[in-house]
Amino acid sequence: MDHLHRKLRDHEAAMFQQGYLDDQFSQLQKLQDDTSPDFVIEVMTMFFDDSEKLLNNMSRALEQVPVNFKQIDAHAHQQKGSSASVGAARVKNVCGTFRNFCEAQNLEGCVRCLQQLQQEYSLLKNNLKYLFKLQQEIKTAGRSIHTRG
Amino acid sequence: MVHNRSLVYDNMDNACFPSPHLDAFPAGLRVLVVDDDLTCLRILEKMLKKCFYRVTTCCLAIEALKKLRESKGTYDIVISDVNMPDMDGFKLLEHVGLEMDLPVIMMSVDGETSRVMKGVQHGACDYLLKPIRMKEVRNIWQHVLRKRIREAREFESLEGIHLMRNGSDHTDDGNLFAVGKEMNLMKKRKDFDSKHDDQVFLDQTFIKKARVVWSVDLHQKFVKAVNQLGFDKVGPKKILDLMNVPWLTRENVASHLQKYRLYLSRLQKKNDQKSSSGGIKHSDLPSKDPGCLSFLNSFNKQQKEGAIDSFGYSDGTLKIQMDTTSHEKRRASTSDIPNPKIRKSSEIGLNQSLESAESEANHTVFDSVIPTQYSWNEVPKRPLGEELNTLVQLKDNLSHLPLNVTQQHFQNDRSLSINSNPSGYKSDYIRPVNSTVSSVDTFPSQSKSDIIFTSNLSLKTPKFNLGCASDMEIYQRNLLLGIESASTPLDEDLNLFLLQGEYYDMNFDMQNIEMSEYYDPRLIPEVPTNLYASGDYS
Repeated sequence: MDHLHRKLRDHEAAMFQQGYLDDQFSQLQKLQDDTSPDFVIEVMTMFFDDSEKLLNNMSRALEQVPVNFKQIDAHAHQQKGSSASVGAARVKNVCGTFRNFCEAQNLEGCVRCLQQLQQEYSLLKNNLKYLFKLQQEIKTAGRSIHTRG
Repeated sequence: MVHNRSLVYDNMDNACFPSPHLDAFPAGLRVLVVDDDLTCLRILEKMLKKCFYRVTTCCLAIEALKKLRESKGTYDIVISDVNMPDMDGFKLLEHVGLEMDLPVIMMSVDGETSRVMKGVQHGACDYLLKPIRMKEVRNIWQHVLRKRIREAREFESLEGIHLMRNGSDHTDDGNLFAVGKEMNLMKKRKDFDSKHDDQVFLDQTFIKKARVVWSVDLHQKFVKAVNQLGFDKVGPKKILDLMNVPWLTRENVASHLQKYRLYLSRLQKKNDQKSSSGGIKHSDLPSKDPGCLSFLNSFNKQQKEGAIDSFGYSDGTLKIQMDTTSHEKRRASTSDIPNPKIRKSSEIGLNQSLESAESEANHTVFDSVIPTQYSWNEVPKRPLGEELNTLVQLKDNLSHLPLNVTQQHFQNDRSLSINSNPSGYKSDYIRPVNSTVSSVDTFPSQSKSDIIFTSNLSLKTPKFNLGCASDMEIYQRNLLLGIESASTPLDEDLNLFLLQGEYYDMNFDMQNIEMSEYYDPRLIPEVPTNLYASGDYS
């Protein structure tokens, strides 16, 4: 089962290297312990839920006439906060750009940003799901989960 | 402050790591965390628990306030997000400072200087940027400790002031500090506190104004001068010139003016809220001292109520809820004193009426704030059914997006874990509505207590009543100006503005005697070891 471990390590490293995750994610991993052995998955699941709702809200808000930029900005701010808290670096960065467009009331910019946000979000989610899957496989294979830190 | 709480420690959640020092400060610190972002809330909770703190989480500010009010002394510190849907974090900050006098840490992903400044001005003891890291969480206990030490020192200083000012020697058991030692203490505190803008009260102003007492006469001269000049033309130098008090400095006047403006702005807000919630008539407040008095009481910190005006500051925020136990003490000490000390007796009157009223009554002023400012018509933005539909749509959308990962190993797992807790959301939103309804109902009981004030006040110093009334009217008119110019940290030294000539001088003798009762050996700065043993934090 060594190849599983290696895969996991490499995948995790890649996610950090490519900026999907930053040090805050490491903080989450460090928080995982015996009292909450699935802490990272638990938190990331909450993050997925919140993010999807926010993305939907933003999408709907952009379709409204007239567009309520303040509202969208509030959503983007929220998304920025939660992605920062979990270490979702690329998502967080897009949120920053998004907020600038909101402030400038640039509809086209906002629409493009939202698309980018959705893309980054799904990339992150899929990558993380893969990561969790690997961890689970290792677990079931009887080995302890390799955690970073 | 004395809390009537028996100490009970629950088992730590980190039961896996038994620690003999569980109760040793800072372990066991009781933290209330407020954030509408559930993810962030969970992460913070975990971090705090890792530090062996006792954590309570809340995703709504209203809920948090309710929890805080339910049992005073349940928490040592509050951490709150700035942006929350039901209440602005700064508002919550003010409430907490006013009612519970707890240290509050603000947090936000937005680190703009203006926001941070706003936090400090509203009385936050710290402002953290998200994402919050473990090391920042570990250190929050310092704010609790700092506050306790400061309060203990203030208390000592105030006693020292009495000694100095009175000249007489009330060396009761309480007054243990000689004047010289007092000055040293104060100097130390000045250095200690110099970082905190919102803690201007005792340290610097005290050192500077060690001998300045804003007596009734002095304050009346001040007010007269301000009136003469016209509120919008007012300036410390001009006031000083008009007052014609040789020993007074421009600085003295400047800080007094600032406080006065802040006081008025608070009064104005209170008037607005009261009139909008239909409680006390707006017109009553300017013409009667109850407005002044209740405000005075509002702004007093418990320990300082017997103190000299200049030093009765709170730490940057208003306090309306008074600690009942300290007032019980006071009541006991002053009940048989024949001297009609209006301030004291009326405070006691207020306390008694407050205590006898429902618990909600104590918070009527604040509760009434909420409905006027936050529309409960704003339903949670995400109706549930809609959520699920759009989530399904999103799921389908996702499958079309390119995957960066090696696809052969990974099956795009479509199962979105929709862990929406609709009941959680809804119930949270429903609850606040109930609390505001009940608070409005109980509002009338507050007006009863104000009536008590009126009758007391009419006995005394009608001269001052007049002065106060006209000032109120004038300043309310020019209130916005005052608020704008008073942009510096809040010093709610409202003792200052409740000056009744005789009250002040008379109180003096009483104060010395009373202060001895306030002197609580637990308040001396061996705070750490005593913190949990006694259960009294201040």
